[in-house]
Amino acid sequence: MSEQAQSLTETDIGPNLSNQLEIRGVSRRRFLKFALSITAAMGLPFGMSREVLAALEQSQARPTVIWLHFQECTGCTESLLRATHPTVESLILDLISLDYSETLLAAAGHQAEQALADSIAQNRGNFILVVEGSVPMRDGGIYCKVARKTPQEMLHEIAPHAAAAVAIGSCASWGGVQSAAPNPTEAVGLPVALEREGITRSDGSALPVITLPGCPASPYNLLSTVLYYLTLKKLPALDAKGRPLFAYGHLIHENCERRPHFDAGRFAEAFGDEGHRKGWCLYKLGCKGPETYANCPAIEFGDVGGNTWPVGIGHPCFGCAEQGVGFHKALHEQADVKSVTPPAFFPEIFTEHPGGASLAGAALAGAVGGGGAVYALNAGKKLKKAEAESSAESESESR
Amino acid sequence: MTEVYRPVGGKLLTRQFYFLALLALIAAYFLVRRFIFGIGDVSNLSDGYPWGLWITYDVVTGTAIACGGYAMAVAVYVFNKGQFHPMVRAALLTSVFGYTLAGASIVVDVGRYWQLYNVFLPQYANLNSVMLEVALCISLYVLVLWIEFSPAILEAMKANRALRMLRHILFFFIGVGILLPTMHQSSLGSLLIIAGHKVHPLWQSDIIPLLFLITAITMGYGMVVFESLYASVNLGRKLETDLLAKVAGVIPWLLITYLVLRIGDLTLTGNLAALAEPGRAPILFAGEMALFGYAIVSLLGKARRRHPTHLFWSALAVVLAGALYRFDAFLIAYNPGPGWHYFPAVGEMMITLGVVAVEIMAYLFFVKKTPVLAAGH
Repeated sequence: MSEQAQSLTETDIGPNLSNQLEIRGVSRRRFLKFALSITAAMGLPFGMSREVLAALEQSQARPTVIWLHFQECTGCTESLLRATHPTVESLILDLISLDYSETLLAAAGHQAEQALADSIAQNRGNFILVVEGSVPMRDGGIYCKVARKTPQEMLHEIAPHAAAAVAIGSCASWGGVQSAAPNPTEAVGLPVALEREGITRSDGSALPVITLPGCPASPYNLLSTVLYYLTLKKLPALDAKGRPLFAYGHLIHENCERRPHFDAGRFAEAFGDEGHRKGWCLYKLGCKGPETYANCPAIEFGDVGGNTWPVGIGHPCFGCAEQGVGFHKALHEQADVKSVTPPAFFPEIFTEHPGGASLAGAALAGAVGGGGAVYALNAGKKLKKAEAESSAESESESR
Repeated sequence: MTEVYRPVGGKLLTRQFYFLALLALIAAYFLVRRFIFGIGDVSNLSDGYPWGLWITYDVVTGTAIACGGYAMAVAVYVFNKGQFHPMVRAALLTSVFGYTLAGASIVVDVGRYWQLYNVFLPQYANLNSVMLEVALCISLYVLVLWIEFSPAILEAMKANRALRMLRHILFFFIGVGILLPTMHQSSLGSLLIIAGHKVHPLWQSDIIPLLFLITAITMGYGMVVFESLYASVNLGRKLETDLLAKVAGVIPWLLITYLVLRIGDLTLTGNLAALAEPGRAPILFAGEMALFGYAIVSLLGKARRRHPTHLFWSALAVVLAGALYRFDAFLIAYNPGPGWHYFPAVGEMMITLGVVAVEIMAYLFFVKKTPVLAAGH
């Protein structure tokens, strides 16, 4: 930490994010870059980056977040906390007021439950409910209990008072790994659980649910969603399954860096074969990119950079984000291509010849040129005759 | 606009027609090979020369030659020269097939033709792409041309109801038919701006879109004159010297504008100095200038324009000059870097010859069987 930063800690630190950047060792330049890239990830136009920046810097209204864990592995929380830009990401966490999270809470036992009850009482109708994990519907949900309460009971208690809900990860979105056959707990995602339990907001209107599937969900999609809300004071455009279109609007297949290989018919046929080593398309190894909607090829995954996301490192996408694909289809099963299934036969597109003039080619070019010239000369001659005739005609007419 | 158009009639299956059909059949053989065994089987195209004879002739030169319909529409509908209206249908006919076959050539030329449909999917459109503009604009224009030309076919079919309906909306398509070529003929030039230093300095220029547009229009007029003279010689029609002389009168002024712009630009950018460099580029440049110069000189005088033979040779010079300009810029004076060579393979040339043969066959068919040429006055 620099001396200047140290002196800052000693003096007054303002309430805004911008006041804390230097203390956390984040340069202004890096912060601006982050704001720009997150604007792009949200699918907002370049000009909006200024508003996003303002929302980042001057956010006074820190929305309260209550984060519940149901049947899950805490992978989504981990991926958010372990992002390799921890400074920036923890700043984003500072943007929200995380009043209750079983993973991050310092308090324990009754103290923690009290914090939850207090927060709901204070922020009635205004907080955002984040749910991580699926809801077990069998036997009234007894397979998952926190503080002696089943997920159903917790949702009945908390959800009616939330402003909106975010289902983070595939489990909360559509059931995830627990919903894989035979699905012993009858696990479902948050949207289905709310519907089956008949839970609405306290005024009777439906609780809006944003689903961010992925196993784990990409932390940037959560950050983008939160920032979108802070910047524009509204929820982003969602698809029929509640996924933000800016992140889940395109198939992985559409933006995949290996797409040209798919189009050209260059497939890896087995792990470690020549095609696999050359980075060819993984479709025939069971890549589910052609039926999975997510922005992994654009923002990659795991935040390591350098082309690290499953397909980038040579593993077929297994469709973790897509209901009915991830944990449901076998790894080796070929994807049900949403766009165009590749043909079985691809004509070669590379020429074997050196490209210079061949004797036959030169002869043909000469013949065409010569033939054209002869034909033109002939036509010219005929025309001269016709011209003479017509001028003779017009002369005789004028007489 | 009350001309009467009549089919020329006469025997369709002449010796020449059979010869053209033979060329088309040979081309069909190579086309089948191309689509089954791949583009490398019939062509010499490479990563250095992805644009060979097919793009340079069939598309870039072919559509410019097929600008007759566009050039005549500009004259008749924009400059209100109704006297040229009798020639519009014949000009449109050359345009319809020139453009349709240019579009078809793209399918032949694109290595992975089975991916071509993606161009038309809006979700993949890159709106900054010149290539996309050219692709969409030319496809749309092919449709528009068929609609513009359809009255001739409908008249031959005696489909009077459809004809009446079409008359009400035709003005719209004529308007679009003037707009679209203006867009893509200039964009065909813009394609070269992106190629940067690969295009020889004598051809590379920021105003290349304008230069391509002007030459396309002059080539269109040149082709109209050429086509009319061709019909006179080979189909026994009366010479339309009066009208042709008037059409041809525009050409030298367009060419002078073009030369002033081109040489002016070369002088301002200092690229004219490349003329002093050794190699074939200055010779090619001089060849273009000679052809353009010949056309200007022989079409500038009113008296000379009234001679059909003069018209014939100078119209040919206009078309050849424009074609050479395009060949030089796209292919001959194009340098993709060391190690690349290109000369069209036999299969490539035969396919292009086949395309030309089909164009002429289609011309003969429509002129003889449908009302395209105006009945003599």
